Amino acid sequence: MRKNLNVIAAYSIMMGLIILVGTFQSWNIALSIFNLCLISAVMTMGANIQWGYAGLINFGIMGFTALGGLAAVLISVNPVQEAWSAGGANILFSLFLIIGIVLAVRLVLKKYQKSKIRSYVIAAIIITGIIIIRFVSEPGIEAIEEVNPARTGFLGGLGLPIIFSWIVGAFFAGGLAFIIGKVALGLRADYLAIATLLISEIVIAIIKHEDWLTRGVKNVIGLKRPAPYEVNLQQTDWFINLVEKFNSGKLNLISDLTERQTALNQLVIEGSSVFVKLCYSGLFLVVVIILLILTQKALYSPWGRMMRAIRDNEEAANAMGKNVVKQHLLIFVLGSAIVGIAGAMLVTQDGLFTPGSYRPLRYTFLIWVMVIIGGSGNNFGAILGGFVVWFLWIEAAPIGLYLVNLTTAGLDDTHFLKVHLIESVPYFRFLMMGVGLLVIMRYRPKGILPEKIEIK
Amino acid sequence: MDLINAIILLLNYIFVPALAYGSQLALGAIFVTLIYGILRFANFATGDMMSFGTMFVILFTLYFKSVGISLGVLPTALLAIPFAIILMVGYMLVIDKFVFKYYRTKKSPPVQLAMVSIGVMFVTQAVVRIIIGPSDRRFFDGEKFLIKAGEFKEMTGLNEGLAIKSTQVITIIVTLILVSTLFWFLNKTKTGKSMRAYSDNEDLALLSGIDPKKIVMITWVIAGILATIGGALYGLDKSFKPFTYFNNMLPIFAAAIVGGIGNPFGAFLGGYVIAFSEILLTYAYRKFFMYVLPESMEPDGLVQLLSTDYKFAVSFSILVIVLLYRPSGIFKGKVL
Repeated sequence: MRKNLNVIAAYSIMMGLIILVGTFQSWNIALSIFNLCLISAVMTMGANIQWGYAGLINFGIMGFTALGGLAAVLISVNPVQEAWSAGGANILFSLFLIIGIVLAVRLVLKKYQKSKIRSYVIAAIIITGIIIIRFVSEPGIEAIEEVNPARTGFLGGLGLPIIFSWIVGAFFAGGLAFIIGKVALGLRADYLAIATLLISEIVIAIIKHEDWLTRGVKNVIGLKRPAPYEVNLQQTDWFINLVEKFNSGKLNLISDLTERQTALNQLVIEGSSVFVKLCYSGLFLVVVIILLILTQKALYSPWGRMMRAIRDNEEAANAMGKNVVKQHLLIFVLGSAIVGIAGAMLVTQDGLFTPGSYRPLRYTFLIWVMVIIGGSGNNFGAILGGFVVWFLWIEAAPIGLYLVNLTTAGLDDTHFLKVHLIESVPYFRFLMMGVGLLVIMRYRPKGILPEKIEIK
Repeated sequence: MDLINAIILLLNYIFVPALAYGSQLALGAIFVTLIYGILRFANFATGDMMSFGTMFVILFTLYFKSVGISLGVLPTALLAIPFAIILMVGYMLVIDKFVFKYYRTKKSPPVQLAMVSIGVMFVTQAVVRIIIGPSDRRFFDGEKFLIKAGEFKEMTGLNEGLAIKSTQVITIIVTLILVSTLFWFLNKTKTGKSMRAYSDNEDLALLSGIDPKKIVMITWVIAGILATIGGALYGLDKSFKPFTYFNNMLPIFAAAIVGGIGNPFGAFLGGYVIAFSEILLTYAYRKFFMYVLPESMEPDGLVQLLSTDYKFAVSFSILVIVLLYRPSGIFKGKVL
């Protein structure tokens, strides 16, 4: 208990802040912050596994998040039958071609010794394969995109409940991580960072522009929900009764019947959106807790000790007979898969998939700020980082506004400096993040909750 | 005749724009490479440092315009650049003193410095947006075209026009002057040589009496000059928007690594490699083949290897391929 005092204190302060937002601003805002904090926490856990446990830099978090989001679309949207009949055959054939190319390349790699001719043969296989795929897929893609372009124009998904996508998203992200890891993990730390950053941009470019698969920048809206809809809730009796019970004290003060009814309606509308958000919070909390238990178990297992050994001294670990390359690949895949889960959760919560909104600043660098501020190598720290940074990211604007008003109190309301500063309040969040990161890195380089090595 | 038309077409749509874009990337890439070679970290604040310098250029341009100073046919921004450089170098030195110096003296691993540069990126980005706002800005004035497409057609009697924007010419000339001065400085002067020595082997350089403080300061000064001019040229040619500048960091990194990070000449060429491959692979060659091939063989489609949406993806793919097969870049990197 004593040892964990700082953890408990930090989390209580964080919860207190969110409750403060709930009481002073509104519960709706507080819960939406809380939900995104939970999603950020999942992302930071993924990044923390890679950076904190193994010392791998993954600046491609954005790409894995987007793949998770793509999984949500592909799982939950109903299949578009016309599109499938228009161009499905071509797409499936292209898919087989891709598999064929991969198998052919593997065969060549296995059968023949490394030589110049082998490299040329592989290059030739890939290039001819790509040309054939283009010829095969182009008519199919055009046909699919012509099917009702205003509403569908893509293949759609499987029509399953969206919650499955959380697992599928993990597999998607893990699969991509496997490919990236196979080719790029041998690079030096900063090269790996740049390579993953650029690969994630390629992933986003593909998601943005392959309309037949993802609808691209036209976005997919109205995804299924694992939680009830507000409109339906507002008409169910048990929910109205529940709201009535909760607010009976307030409602009993109103004697007029019609007035009471309108007040109740207002409360039901507010309550329904809070209730939906609570449903999401519950789901997300379950994911966070499961992941936390698993990652904690892993951290204190022999495997976790081996990972730390590899992180701290690769050569020594190698000399002890640990397969560094394999373990690096494994942890890269695991961490990315967790980020994929978070991506699917994010799209599930928003109910829409907008490829244009994936930007490295928000989905890669901010997550890194969270990990570093929270405390890398410590799961509780990483989660706390997700909470603190996301909370500040959202509340930076109000805080900034307050600070601007405070510092320019002496100035006239129409003074150009004050107007300008108030207009630029949204950008104070960048300033806060940057200064926060710099201060933490300088004065507490291990984060708010630093890594503790203890043998259990 | 058709052949000349085809050549003019390629010149107009591929060669000239790629040369200008490549020059802008090259300046950024040399900036990245210098920081990497001497201060030994990947600077993720590159794009934002460039936008920071460009912001000063814009502010000075606005000021000069308001007091009625202009350069006639040349853009006023050229006059503003020296003043902007002074402020920019000041900013760089302040950042170095308060942020990077601590980690350098502590000999932190490069990864930690890269993380710190992310903090600097956030701060710089915020400052730029707070001072000048996030919106798109054009600050070009003066004569827009050196040769207009219509005039060229009249002059030569060809079907295809060749338009050369004055910003493109300015970009290329300024880049050439700047880069050749820089190479002269690095290869011929004593300070430049000591910088190269420091980059090659820090301990040996220190043993032979090279002052590291001076080296670091000069690096930041050169970096400030490169960032400001590179950013200003890009802004003159296209437009200034903080978000675009942040994104430009990616092709700049690609250029620096393709050329061999730590090698300024490699970075210089890397900029052009990236620019040319981006434009060559995404250009629709239909018209070109219409000129070159006989009528019966004219293509139906656009004859485009990749859609323009994948412009960025092209350069990144090149980078990934280079990283995998020649991690040290086309020209061996690591040493100035």
